[in-house]
Amino acid sequence: MTPLVLSHYTATTCVGRGLGPLESALRAGRGGLAPCAFETVDLDIHAGEIEGVDDERLPAALAAFDCRNNRLARLALRQDGFEDAVRAVVARVGRRRVGLFLGTSTSGILEAELAFRHRDPLTGALPAAFSYRSTQNTFSVAAFVRELLGLEGPAVVVSTACSSSAKVFGCAERMVAAGVIDAALVGGVDSLCLTTLYGFHSLQLTAPGPCRPFAVDRDGITIGEGAAFALLERPGPDASSACVALQGVGESNDAYHLSSPHPDGLGARIAMAAALSAAGVEPGQVDYLNLHGTATPSNDRAEARAVVALLGARVPCSSTKGATGHTLGAAGAVEAVISALALARGFMPGGINSRQLDPALGVHYLTATRNVAPARVLSNSFGFGGTNCSLLLGRLG
Amino acid sequence: MSALTAFVDAIAVLGPGLDGWPAAEAVLARHAPYAPGPTLLPAPLALPAAERRRTGRVVKLAIAVGLEAANRAGLEVGGLVTVFSSSACDGDNCHEICQTLATAERELSPTRFHNSVHNAAAGYWSIATGAMAASTALCGYDASFAMGLLEALSQVAALQRPVLLIAADTPYPPPLSAKRPLSDAFGIALALAPSRGERSVARLAASLVEGVADRLADTALEPLRLGAPAGRALPLLELFARRQTGSVMLEYLGPLALCAEVNRC
Repeated sequence: MTPLVLSHYTATTCVGRGLGPLESALRAGRGGLAPCAFETVDLDIHAGEIEGVDDERLPAALAAFDCRNNRLARLALRQDGFEDAVRAVVARVGRRRVGLFLGTSTSGILEAELAFRHRDPLTGALPAAFSYRSTQNTFSVAAFVRELLGLEGPAVVVSTACSSSAKVFGCAERMVAAGVIDAALVGGVDSLCLTTLYGFHSLQLTAPGPCRPFAVDRDGITIGEGAAFALLERPGPDASSACVALQGVGESNDAYHLSSPHPDGLGARIAMAAALSAAGVEPGQVDYLNLHGTATPSNDRAEARAVVALLGARVPCSSTKGATGHTLGAAGAVEAVISALALARGFMPGGINSRQLDPALGVHYLTATRNVAPARVLSNSFGFGGTNCSLLLGRLG
Repeated sequence: MSALTAFVDAIAVLGPGLDGWPAAEAVLARHAPYAPGPTLLPAPLALPAAERRRTGRVVKLAIAVGLEAANRAGLEVGGLVTVFSSSACDGDNCHEICQTLATAERELSPTRFHNSVHNAAAGYWSIATGAMAASTALCGYDASFAMGLLEALSQVAALQRPVLLIAADTPYPPPLSAKRPLSDAFGIALALAPSRGERSVARLAASLVEGVADRLADTALEPLRLGAPAGRALPLLELFARRQTGSVMLEYLGPLALCAEVNRC
């Protein structure tokens, strides 16, 4: 594929708002996970809650979109001058030539969860104030961002669980290649809700403490929330070799089970190989791998098998979910931004919380950040339904 | 914008009173009268029995139309790239989760939770068919069909191989049905190919243009178009059924509509 430059990008997670706090947290090995105090949740788990999301106010004209997920989208868009960067691209190429491709798994389902607590005792009806279309529906976040930023081009929400916002990079690349658009705003937004907190707990996939990816005593995921965005454009004449570019996207499906990975990570391996092939990159040329690394015993085992089979045991890798938590539908975009940051700022983030690595996994897992600049980074995102997506990012040229 | 093109090798439909493409084709071509009736959903026999018991209506619907289109196009389902499009995926399951979470105990069933993902139909499809190729699941509220079509066409262009588009919607039960009223289950599948084959029905070219969606002239059928996001495809299907060359405007996001030009093969 023809590379696309990530001309601007930003991410907000429980480690902080925007790129500055994200880089300093990753460099210092600092995480944002804490005992879960979200809403009325009564579970013995940690969570990656972002401070101040509910203080965020949407513009009055867009009040119908008000919900935690869209507040988080707005909060994240305001960081690192990102909204201004979008407006500059719109001014340059036109509002109909910028595509909008966002991923979310649960959108504003929290609003429905709250509304169901307040049904009319006689009729069972939901409260009049509950707006399904602009909060709960999976497309809500794209409808909101499209109006907020005055975009009039193609838009879509990809909702494939935890690969959602990795796959949007593929949608954008295909639409640019087909000449439908000149630039794309891609990203992912997922916010805490009871469905995922109680749901993963029901599957016995949640850890009581902060998650420990690839550790011998790993015992499940820690759910986080996050929002990350990137602007993708064709490299201009002024693009320097320091620019970070999307070079390959690989997608596959396990065809195995709805909530368990293929035991040998076969689908994961196919997705990684497809991303390398699209980029024209050999396995030995990958300098750092940002693992999906959820910290469940079976997910990490399956991913490790796929990594060793395709890339060998030597490529430095880590999961940043020990710091951010698993941001589910936002994870693909959050980790693409972390990968971009690693390329642009010259480091390989170490994974935190994992004191004793599982020797059976056989990968080169970094437990401390390395101040070595990678030239090519692979980022993995896998999800329920057997969905897999890998992104290959590198420096241009 | 430049148009995205593909050849349509097969069409499948399941909707209220539209039981499969041959029946729907006759109604849309006005060779047969429209007889209203509930959408008939076949059991997803392609799934192992254990998985079949766990699937909701939208999964049965998506698998049924997907297999109908793939079989008619003569495609090997195990290697197919798929694009799933739905406004809400499994609304019955979502209702049950919200009900459970409103109780004091909040004892969610693990199966309910894993069925709650928007790509549940895509996941069950891949288990049923063994397809390990790329598969995606999209949402665009009432524009879900046109967004799915645009995505599927972009995949045909990028991959130069057949892509199966499956759009499927089922209504929520009360009380969500009052907030999001849909008439009945509606599913459509299109088998798309990069080049003309023996079974190609038409060449399709789609582009986003300023405008509004076309309505169906037949007042008995127009409620089907509005009754479910997948029903928004009916003006396009009408062209296919009448074996006409022409163009229709499909619902997209304001101020745009998806202009679909059809040339008979």
